[in-house]
Amino acid sequence: MTISIDPQNTNNESLQPKGWLRYFSFSLDHKVIGIQYLVCGFLFYLIGGTLASAIRIELASPMSDFMPRDVYNQVLTLHGTIMIFLWIVPVVNGAFGNYLIPFYVGARDMAFPRLNAVAFWLIPPSGLMLVASYFVEGAAQAGWTAYPPLSITTPQSGQIIWILSVLLLGGSSIFGGINFIATIIKLRRPGLKLMQLPMYCWAMLGTSLLVVLSTPVLAGTLILLSFDIIANTGFFNPVLGGNVVVYQHLFWFYSHPAVYIMVLPAFGLVSEILPVHARKPLFGYTTMVFSIMGIVVLGLVVWAHHMFTSGTPPWMRLFFTIATAFIAVPTGIKFFNWVATLWGGKISINSAMLFSCGFIINFVFGGITGVALAQVPFDIHVHDTYFVVAHFHYIVYGGTVFIIFSSIYHWFPKVTGKMLNEKLGILHFIITFIGFNLCFAPQHWLGLNGMPRRVAEYDPQFQFVNQISSLGALLMAISTIPFLINVFLSVRNGKNAGDNPWNALTPEWLTSSPPPVENWEGEAPLVEEPYGYGKEISEQK
Amino acid sequence: MTTLDSSKEIQKNNSEVNETHEDFRMFGLITFLIADGMTFAGFFAAYLTYKAVNPLPDGAIYELELPIPTLNTILLLVSSATFHKAGKALLKDKNSDSQKWLFFTAFLGIIFLICQLFEYFHLPFGLTDNLFASTFYALTGFHGLHVTLGTLMILIIAWQSRINGGRLTSQNMFPLEAVELYWHFVDGIWVVLFIILYLL
Repeated sequence: MTISIDPQNTNNESLQPKGWLRYFSFSLDHKVIGIQYLVCGFLFYLIGGTLASAIRIELASPMSDFMPRDVYNQVLTLHGTIMIFLWIVPVVNGAFGNYLIPFYVGARDMAFPRLNAVAFWLIPPSGLMLVASYFVEGAAQAGWTAYPPLSITTPQSGQIIWILSVLLLGGSSIFGGINFIATIIKLRRPGLKLMQLPMYCWAMLGTSLLVVLSTPVLAGTLILLSFDIIANTGFFNPVLGGNVVVYQHLFWFYSHPAVYIMVLPAFGLVSEILPVHARKPLFGYTTMVFSIMGIVVLGLVVWAHHMFTSGTPPWMRLFFTIATAFIAVPTGIKFFNWVATLWGGKISINSAMLFSCGFIINFVFGGITGVALAQVPFDIHVHDTYFVVAHFHYIVYGGTVFIIFSSIYHWFPKVTGKMLNEKLGILHFIITFIGFNLCFAPQHWLGLNGMPRRVAEYDPQFQFVNQISSLGALLMAISTIPFLINVFLSVRNGKNAGDNPWNALTPEWLTSSPPPVENWEGEAPLVEEPYGYGKEISEQK
Repeated sequence: MTTLDSSKEIQKNNSEVNETHEDFRMFGLITFLIADGMTFAGFFAAYLTYKAVNPLPDGAIYELELPIPTLNTILLLVSSATFHKAGKALLKDKNSDSQKWLFFTAFLGIIFLICQLFEYFHLPFGLTDNLFASTFYALTGFHGLHVTLGTLMILIIAWQSRINGGRLTSQNMFPLEAVELYWHFVDGIWVVLFIILYLL
């Protein structure tokens, strides 16, 4: 069956708001929705970053003197939840996915534009609800993992608001995932084969499969947890005969894939950025595709490596150690492919490239500590210490957030038609890179020496290293300033970018900047070789 | 539903022929049902784990009577068949027959829910009595919620298929097909639930 698109029957264009107002409307345009995701996510990033700064100020001294302990617990819970569910997941999936995927498959919009707008508009209310929960009896205190029995015994109202908010965000994520799968599989332009798609499409296909398969399990788990809190059932309450380990299994069945939901799109984005700025085809396209799909499959069967200290039986430890070690193989393939893409390329040292290279360095470091953490004897030693915090932030900040910034520098000319200032961009990169490593590298040492995470007070012998870490956090906070100045100045009077300032070959650059409402003036171009750099122009045509 | 956002470009380029594309609403629905199925999978996994590793306290009551759930299984299986009949009738442009079958399906759904409630009121345990009781009510309740939504949707499309000027015709089968797929899914989940919860 086919659906006819009757121009008479669709929304009247004159009813849609114009200019900046459309970003506050229920717009169906995938580009508007993408920017909505990005800006909304960035505002929450500023809130989450402020909370992170508060944590580092508190930890600059061994005693809990900056804020009371229960407030510290609320701050770290909100920091984790906001950064994961309101910044990284919506931005790296929703923002770039919505903006780029329709271009990459040669479509005029996503498969389900209305569902798309609904998915976005679930985010601001649930985010505000989460932040506002601080003002009613205090926000949730059980960390972003909300492990029972802690989450059952801490004040209830904050925890329930937290659950509601995460359920709504999970729903948003599932709607987005359904939309991406349908768009990539079904909405491709005639003649465009799957193996000709830019790598970000594959990354988003893999990510969306993980979203669709694992997020509902988290939703079910949180519903059971809310029963425990509200209705006094005993699913996860040992006092009433429940089992806390079941919660951990169900939670990590979502939350380990969630790490890939946060990092796979970044893999895709870096695979788009590196070839453009190195003027070389992406090395090993086919192996990249298979590694993504390998990570998707393996990512669903490694969750219990978060639970080696939860009384896991030996066979389970063995299985999950081996499965986790296997993930290093596809990830390693991707890493070497990026290095090989850069190898011998005509590299432009600009902000986008610098952030991407920073990603590669940080990510390989976080990957190595990840393989170390998968080993049971080592994990038991450093479980719930700052080593885990350091590893995790190397993946999600050093990995994904670096790529978010890289992508903003890369696609800003496409979205606005203006270039970002390179000098401010490079300054932004230098402060971020130094600040990030200063903040998180010492935390490996702290963890190895036994400083537990999630506590407001610590042994005074760790004070000096903690102060170095806090100094790094200060630099990271400062690094946002040149970025914001850069964006505001460039939107107003940046250099005109033209349609294709990087001479890129991926489809989004083959239309005007900013792109017209339906993406292309005429028919969508058929891009069979999105990475055909270094060839004669006549060969490309 | 799946119309693209309007624009001058489309009107300019397609002033004489309307642009068409494949209908992938069904594809989206299937993806959603897979996600929904994963929620149930999580519940089933939790239930089976509890059964395996969490012994109930002495004196806990967890016997279930079989007659009502067996009747409910039959009701849902028959309702799947009657829904299928409604689709067949609509395909042959017999709109009033189709509407009758739809109302009958909704009726079976309502009977199912009444039986379920009857069972709830006559069970010897309540939601918080023990772990088995909590899991039982969570699983059947979550499924019952699906049946309730399904019944409401069937009533809506039955209303849409009203004989004159209804939206549901053999040219516009999608609402019926979508709800039918959802209904079969809910029935399938019930069969799994019946086996795991009542028979195992």
